[in-house]
Amino acid sequence: MSASTQIENVAGSKAGELALVGSELTDSDSGQQFLTFMLAGEEYGVDILKVQEIKGWTPVTRVPNTPEYVRGVLNLRGTIVPVVDMRMRFSLEQIEYNATTVIIVLSVRSGNADRVIGVVVDAVSDVLNVEESDIKPAPDFGVKVKIEFVSGLATVDDHMVMLLDVDKLLTETELSELEAASE
Amino acid sequence: MSLDLSRFRKSFFEESFEGLEAMESGLLHLDVGQADPESINNVFRAAHSIKGGSGMFGLDVVTSFTHVMETLLDQMRDGSRKVTQDVVDVLLGSVDRLRDLLEAGRDGGELAPEDVADQQNKLEALLGHTGATTANADSNDVQVTEAQKDHISHAAWTISFYPQVDMFRTGNDPLRIIRELGCLGKLQVEADLLQLPELSQLDPEQCYLGWSIRLDGKVDREAIEEVFVWVAGDCKLEISPVEAEKTAQTVSPLAGSVVGANGELVGNRRVGDRRTSDRRKSGSTAKETTSIRVDIDKVDEIINQVGELVITQAMLSTLGEDFEMEKIQALRSGLGELERNSRDLQESVMRMRMLPISYAFNRLPRMVHDLSAKLGKKVQLDITGETTELDKTVIEKIGDPLVHLVRNSLDHGLEMPQERVGAGKPETGVIMLNAYHQGGNIIVEVNDDGRGLDEAKILKKAVQQGMVAADVKPSREQIHEFLFVPGLSTAEEVSDVSGRGVGMDVVRRNIQSLGGTVEVYSEEGQGTTFKVRLPLTLAIVDGQSVAVGEEYYIIPLISIIESLQGRGQTFNKVAGKGELVKFRDQYVPIIRLYEIFDAQTQARQLEDGLMVIVEGEGRMAAFMVDELLGQQQVVIKSLEQNFRRIDGVSGATILGNGSVALILDVPGLIRLAHQR
Repeated sequence: MSASTQIENVAGSKAGELALVGSELTDSDSGQQFLTFMLAGEEYGVDILKVQEIKGWTPVTRVPNTPEYVRGVLNLRGTIVPVVDMRMRFSLEQIEYNATTVIIVLSVRSGNADRVIGVVVDAVSDVLNVEESDIKPAPDFGVKVKIEFVSGLATVDDHMVMLLDVDKLLTETELSELEAASE
Repeated sequence: MSLDLSRFRKSFFEESFEGLEAMESGLLHLDVGQADPESINNVFRAAHSIKGGSGMFGLDVVTSFTHVMETLLDQMRDGSRKVTQDVVDVLLGSVDRLRDLLEAGRDGGELAPEDVADQQNKLEALLGHTGATTANADSNDVQVTEAQKDHISHAAWTISFYPQVDMFRTGNDPLRIIRELGCLGKLQVEADLLQLPELSQLDPEQCYLGWSIRLDGKVDREAIEEVFVWVAGDCKLEISPVEAEKTAQTVSPLAGSVVGANGELVGNRRVGDRRTSDRRKSGSTAKETTSIRVDIDKVDEIINQVGELVITQAMLSTLGEDFEMEKIQALRSGLGELERNSRDLQESVMRMRMLPISYAFNRLPRMVHDLSAKLGKKVQLDITGETTELDKTVIEKIGDPLVHLVRNSLDHGLEMPQERVGAGKPETGVIMLNAYHQGGNIIVEVNDDGRGLDEAKILKKAVQQGMVAADVKPSREQIHEFLFVPGLSTAEEVSDVSGRGVGMDVVRRNIQSLGGTVEVYSEEGQGTTFKVRLPLTLAIVDGQSVAVGEEYYIIPLISIIESLQGRGQTFNKVAGKGELVKFRDQYVPIIRLYEIFDAQTQARQLEDGLMVIVEGEGRMAAFMVDELLGQQQVVIKSLEQNFRRIDGVSGATILGNGSVALILDVPGLIRLAHQR
């Protein structure tokens, strides 16, 4: 696990970070914190409270008869966790996994159950504090770009971060589509 | 002060349900005419503890109902009442009703005295009957019941009750006592606050109150005294009758339900019945598993083993601090030790979940008792091997299929008494239940000495239903197989016992969902045997690891018949597509696992691979794999928890190197291959 700095329990240490950020920004408590990651040169953000841990890429076990973007399943301390490749999910060009490739383990709400999934991204980059008012709704690109997971856009220091609704990454409808596809 | 009773509530219900089972089996063991005092005592004790506990938790309906049962049992115990079939039946019915009440109580439902009024009537009718006929050997017991038109009881009582200040220390609660009094009749309670000190001096653990109570109801002194029996030495108690005050409304709710006109009660009872059965349904689905009782020896064993594990771990870490190659031998033996420790520990932990199968058998004597009476058959139920242990989950799920199998044997298998005599058999039929270990499995056999399966009739039915062509002559085994096909029933008439044709297929499906199998053996005129084979546990399977290309899969060992080298086998093709391999004079369809799983593999020729002959749901198939890797026990992990169900995969497991391997669902894969 060379460059893959394991930031375990990011969510747990959030309180400390909040205090730190709070000293710099005056009204931090009205904002939301996002963990941002890189994917094909773009920056995306997920609600930090959904993040369980970040771990380096390790080979996973392929599961037959599932969509290609489900890379397989992983043993996370005794529980079996599916791993989704975000580049494949967004139909982006494939690259070789390298030293910065990480799996972000997310706790998502699917239907009425909490599930744990892992998403493969190019690299993690930052923890951002975003004010509610700075989040803009995602524009409609039509069918050309898949944006159903994008809950909003935020501008931070002159660059744009796409905020993802992780609950939709592997939602119930998604699952039933998967099931329909495999049958 | 209020003691937190909620944590005792759960154990009260658990114990009560155990008590009910004890009562039921005790009652079933009572020989009519000559009662064994020990069994009656057992039943009595169980009833008494339920009564005591229910009072504490404010389940007054239960308390008063059990009280009447107890009175009846008491008469049986001291011999003033003969044990007759009638009495036993009424008591059994009361046990059922009590179970409904307790289930409702556990699930937080409302308990209404009307629910049990009919049953209580029956009990009290019995009691009243004795009062009239027997020579009143022990008149006190008879008088306790409210049903009696007693001549000693008074219509109303005044009770002055002043407990001592340290009453709470003895674990008694005046509120409970007053509630229990409330079961006897209508209460008017006045609290005497005179002794209450200033708030600053008030000790919350002391009782400063006194009560004067007026109890309206035809109760005798002894019943009231019994309520106070636990506190008799710790309080000032005066009980005195209110003289000659005849008022119409001073009829206790209990007596009301007894005296109440019959016509009205019938309607009431129907409502009650339906309500209780609804409750039972919802209750059993909601809370199946609560807790298990573990033998202290088993826990001690685990503690010892954990101790050993810690020692081994310490040894290994010392070894690791300055490791040199010469010490490799010590490392090996240390690792061996570690393996032994962890295996022992695993076994012990699994054993904690093991319960004797008698938990599943317990329901059966009662059912046989009731059903044989209904069908007019004479049956003896022999149970052996009830101490055989298996996993709690398996026991919970095997109950219904077993009930069904026994019911089938009783209804279809056993003949009527005269028919049996005609066939030269003893009048009383025998149903045998036997449980034993065989290999890594538990076998449960349900055997009857009845008429056996009517093969001609089954075949006729199967032909009628189009399951088999009329000109085909299936083997006996195949005919027996038809029994498990949905929609086939050989019972001539549909009774409420069996005959709707849903049943054996459900039995088989339930057993299969537990990873078990069910087979039937039958001899015309000799009887039928159902043999249920169950795995010891659901959490661990014996698996064979196989390689398909780069990927590893686990095939449950129980489904594997044999593995063959591809080279030297006879392969055939049907219609240029379906491939078959000849195995023990049978042609078995080949399923290329790499095709189904879309995996990369070198071995594309049948001759290069290995054939694993498997069986699932009665169908055989040959899985083509690249390599056999080894057998191991694997712990089943759920894929669905975080992901979803995958066709052909029953779960996942974690291999020694920490990676995940999928466990194959053999019947599912065979189905999947058929669809392609």
